[in-house]
Amino acid sequence: MYLETPEGIYLALRPAGLPVRVLAFAIDLLLRAALLAFAGAAWLYLGKFGLGLASISAFLLLWGYMVLFEVLNQGRSPGKQIMGLQVIYSDGTPIDWSGSLIRNLLRVIDLLPFAYCIGILCLLNSARFQRLGDLAAGTLVIYEARPTQRKSLPEVTASPSARTLTRNEQHALLNFAERQQQLPKRRSEELAAIIAPALHIEPAQAVSGLYAIARSILGLR
Amino acid sequence: MKQAHFETLQHSTWQTFAKKVQALDKGHAQVEHIQSFAQDYRRICQHLALAKQRGYSEALIEDLQQLVWQGHQQFYRHKSPALERLLSFIIVDFPSTMRQQWRCIAVSAVLFFGSFALMAVLTRLFPNLIYHLISPAQVAHIESMYDPAQRLLGPISLRNHQDDWVMFGFYIINNIGIAFQTFASGLVFGLGSAFFLLFNGLHIGAIAGHLTRIGYGETFWPFVLGHGALELTAVVMAGAAGLKLGAALIAPGAFSRVAALRAASTVSITLMGGAIIFLLLAAFIEAYWSSSNSIAVAIKISVGCGLWLLVLIYLLFSGRIRHAP
Repeated sequence: MYLETPEGIYLALRPAGLPVRVLAFAIDLLLRAALLAFAGAAWLYLGKFGLGLASISAFLLLWGYMVLFEVLNQGRSPGKQIMGLQVIYSDGTPIDWSGSLIRNLLRVIDLLPFAYCIGILCLLNSARFQRLGDLAAGTLVIYEARPTQRKSLPEVTASPSARTLTRNEQHALLNFAERQQQLPKRRSEELAAIIAPALHIEPAQAVSGLYAIARSILGLR
Repeated sequence: MKQAHFETLQHSTWQTFAKKVQALDKGHAQVEHIQSFAQDYRRICQHLALAKQRGYSEALIEDLQQLVWQGHQQFYRHKSPALERLLSFIIVDFPSTMRQQWRCIAVSAVLFFGSFALMAVLTRLFPNLIYHLISPAQVAHIESMYDPAQRLLGPISLRNHQDDWVMFGFYIINNIGIAFQTFASGLVFGLGSAFFLLFNGLHIGAIAGHLTRIGYGETFWPFVLGHGALELTAVVMAGAAGLKLGAALIAPGAFSRVAALRAASTVSITLMGGAIIFLLLAAFIEAYWSSSNSIAVAIKISVGCGLWLLVLIYLLFSGRIRHAP
């Protein structure tokens, strides 16, 4: 799914599907149960004072937990944060009080008749994985964009390709070189062997030959 | 321009921008972080466009996209200062939304107060009717709460006076929970809200009629009048908010059902915000004022009537003139 910004840039968003959201919810549920047990203990040990404390915290955990975390922690409840998810408005802006309140109050309907049946059906039936609460609030749950460490290209001496490459071909070669750490050695050899003849490279040095071309495309030495 | 050259030229711009965004994310931004943020953001958008157009590598494009996304999150948002927004919500937005949505409010009010009045009258005519709705044990429990001999009235009478604030918490949780339920169940084509409005109306009506019949009226009515001005109107608002959602689903008009629902839910959440504020105030009044039996009945009734009047004036007239912020 792409979001067009006012600057004319297309940003890729990845809406999160059912399994990962169920996991995030389960984590939140466990956490809330643990906190509630704490509050219950306060009731046992502190008497009436603890009872007031316990009932207020039960209320906060039931209605306020998701809203508070989503608004104050960039759209991430602890479960979502662990699973790398984030709630945003569908126009890409961060979630605020009203959006979060709507989507979490309408949970009451999504969880009907049991175990979030309505929410799950609605989510699976929508192109952007929105449950009823999300539809009403205009919100999305997406995979959070996490910063990645860029890998440097393999150290070989750059040498230009023997024939002129189109832009798509250059792009493919660059991506091949950048993925060197993710690909097993045998697999990169297999891939390189397919295109080596077309670029007039010795099959024996196919991989390093492609790396050399990639470096020259980038403008490295 | 080759990619490596481009990267060495722009690397410092990207790094300073990343630092600015991080500072803004963590909330300790200095003046120098905000200065030229907009220019930097647009420049990086341009770099991203260039990188895509020139066919630079996927890793670089992803990095730039990440920067643009973080900048976008900081740059565009639905937000304004919190206190100012709260004030303008209380003075202008909420009461004017109430007036604008008078149809939903009217339907909700008729359902709630209508069933309340009907049941109150019927219970006086047919005394046994209440036992069809509420179990005898519960009725006895309620009777004991409003016994004129009590020092404290209402649910609070069963506890000690220093537990006022415990009950304050209890009222908030109980009432706001009911209001949330009434609102959210409106998504079932308004049926849920209508059900909760009728159910609560009948329930309270039955209790009111019963207590008046057995002569506890002089403790019950002054008790209810004070916080009722806020609490009962809040229930009506929550019901209206739910009915509004239901109406959007039944008759979306020129919009798709999803678009109509989204438009309706922004209105509904305004009504709910008002209802929550009303319920907080009501719980306060109920715990500290209504439940005290040492205050003379006449004072309680006049204060109660005054509160109703205030609420009506507020809802009818507040925010008719919009001042410049």
